[in-house]
Amino acid sequence: MSRIKDAFKEKAFIAFITVGDPDVETTKAAVIEAVENGADLIELGIPFSDPTAEGPVISSANLRALNGGITTDKVFDFVEDIRKTVSIPMVFMTYANVVYSYGSEDFIGKCQRVGIDGLILPDLPFEEKGEFEPICEKYGVDLISLIAPTSENRISMIAREAKGFIYLVSSLGVTGVRSEITTDLDSIVKVIRENTDVPCAIGFGISKPEQAAKMAGISDGAIVGSAIVKLLEKYGKDAPKYVGEYVKSMKEAVRRG
Amino acid sequence: MTNPKGRFGIHGGQYIPETLMNAVIELEAAYEKYKNDPEFNEELKTLFNEYAGRPSRLYYAEKMTRDLRGAKIYLKREDLNHTGAHKINNVLGQALLAKKMGKTRLIAETGAGQHGVATATAAALMGMECVVFMGEEDTKRQALNVYRMKLLGSEVIPVTTGTATLKDAVSEAMREWTSRIDDTHYCLGSVMGPHPFPTIVRDFQAVISKEIKEQMMEKEGRLPDAVLACVGGGSNAIGSFYHFIEDEDVALIGCEAAGRGVDTFETAATIATGRLGIFHGMKSYFCQDKYGQIAPVYSISAGLDYPGIGPEHAALHDSGRAQYVPVTDDEAVNAFEYLAKTEGIIPAIESAHAVAHAMKIAPKMDGDKIIVITISGRGDKDCAAIARYRGEEIYE
Repeated sequence: MSRIKDAFKEKAFIAFITVGDPDVETTKAAVIEAVENGADLIELGIPFSDPTAEGPVISSANLRALNGGITTDKVFDFVEDIRKTVSIPMVFMTYANVVYSYGSEDFIGKCQRVGIDGLILPDLPFEEKGEFEPICEKYGVDLISLIAPTSENRISMIAREAKGFIYLVSSLGVTGVRSEITTDLDSIVKVIRENTDVPCAIGFGISKPEQAAKMAGISDGAIVGSAIVKLLEKYGKDAPKYVGEYVKSMKEAVRRG
Repeated sequence: MTNPKGRFGIHGGQYIPETLMNAVIELEAAYEKYKNDPEFNEELKTLFNEYAGRPSRLYYAEKMTRDLRGAKIYLKREDLNHTGAHKINNVLGQALLAKKMGKTRLIAETGAGQHGVATATAAALMGMECVVFMGEEDTKRQALNVYRMKLLGSEVIPVTTGTATLKDAVSEAMREWTSRIDDTHYCLGSVMGPHPFPTIVRDFQAVISKEIKEQMMEKEGRLPDAVLACVGGGSNAIGSFYHFIEDEDVALIGCEAAGRGVDTFETAATIATGRLGIFHGMKSYFCQDKYGQIAPVYSISAGLDYPGIGPEHAALHDSGRAQYVPVTDDEAVNAFEYLAKTEGIIPAIESAHAVAHAMKIAPKMDGDKIIVITISGRGDKDCAAIARYRGEEIYE
């Protein structure tokens, strides 16, 4: 088992940041701010040209990062560098083709070497996880399972084989800030609990402290992406301190949850 | 082991967000239920024949044959279908299936606009709501088709992300489907995307090769020596090839859009320039960079301007059963004009890619050989763009 479990000693706050948006120096500063202000796990986005599970905010971040010259190799260099200062668990969030085209074995082997604990691939459902899972097991990298509001009869099957943590998608649609989350998440979490001890965190659409508190109350933690990426979009190189302040308020809310 | 479901060799699969998994499982179950249902098939056949105007003609292009002094050339006239392209075959099938599934809303992506128009048409006929996603770039190239879709009662959403072309329209339609599944069927326009789409679309398009075979036996008493079709995602090509796959003496040739040439970055020839990858729900060949970023492809033809190819084509390429050749913008435009002047038939610029390759190979073949070119659509929609290509501004 990877160090991901360390993130869930208490209700977890998980922060998503796109690597290279607007440049790796800013990403590094933002990650360090997030960690120092209480983030329990960092989700690092490796940009993809056509991110079909993302809404406009993270899609634009991907584009800014790619235009800034980020590549998968530079992302690995970045992780190697930041691992000197950051010890909390970190996972990659990217798309199947980024891993596959790099060479799945090379990519996942490198994840282990630089200290990446897990891999989230939103275009890799349960049925296709055989594409990467044996390699992930070989290198001790957790392939994170996603469960959606539409999963219904699939929840128990997915939960039983889950590794690291379960990423529970709060709502239909793509990533992005939502004013309200209406899915009956309690019942989904109940089925998850009946099938596994692996922690479960909720993401998609969470931006406000009250939402984070509520989601962490239902589950083991809250995942926030678009709201953080928006700060990077707005403040660019000056964003890290705002990211720090934001993470602090969210972590406090999650603790209350 | 990867999921063996919906595989063509190593290609295909279901690489989609969990949110959509139950939707594609439900679709597969419905398709399995209805595909051999006599009532469903009777309804579809009536739509094909009475509404779409099938069977489409297999026309002996005598002047072209004489002019090229080689193989005897037949044209499979999918351009004569209602709405002007082969796209209607698939759309009528999927719309009927969606209706049986209780869906009330169709969404679709479109490149040239032919699939969008076909979907808007089926939606109008069957009383369904319809939303079409179209790259903004393509809404400009194919303004007439945008107007047709609106006239038919559909909403057209210009997609501004990425290269604002077909791949971005597919991505946006997928995003839309993840946000609204209950009442909505994603009427995918080509033999691509996650299983079961490549199989469903192929089966509905296979009517093309079924008819070619029957018509060829009637006219010539034998099978053709080669079947040619243009390939973007590859729906008219797989439709044209399908019933000949077992007839190994029939050469199957897919004509890809090479744009300004396969040695340039301005190309959409996936087999010639792409490599294995996972995108838009499937494993197949894609134009991409070293790190798997999908390439911003280019072709004069909005319908072939796609960085991937359907998984069954990828498998036919691997096995060598079908051959895929690149055809440039220039060659396609020449063929567009040639067919208009020689046979009085204006083909879609997409189909002109297949005509162009036939013009290369027919003269080298003996007079007793027979080739069939699928004219997947009519070219009215392309006239303004071709005029511009030739330096002439016309007003539509």
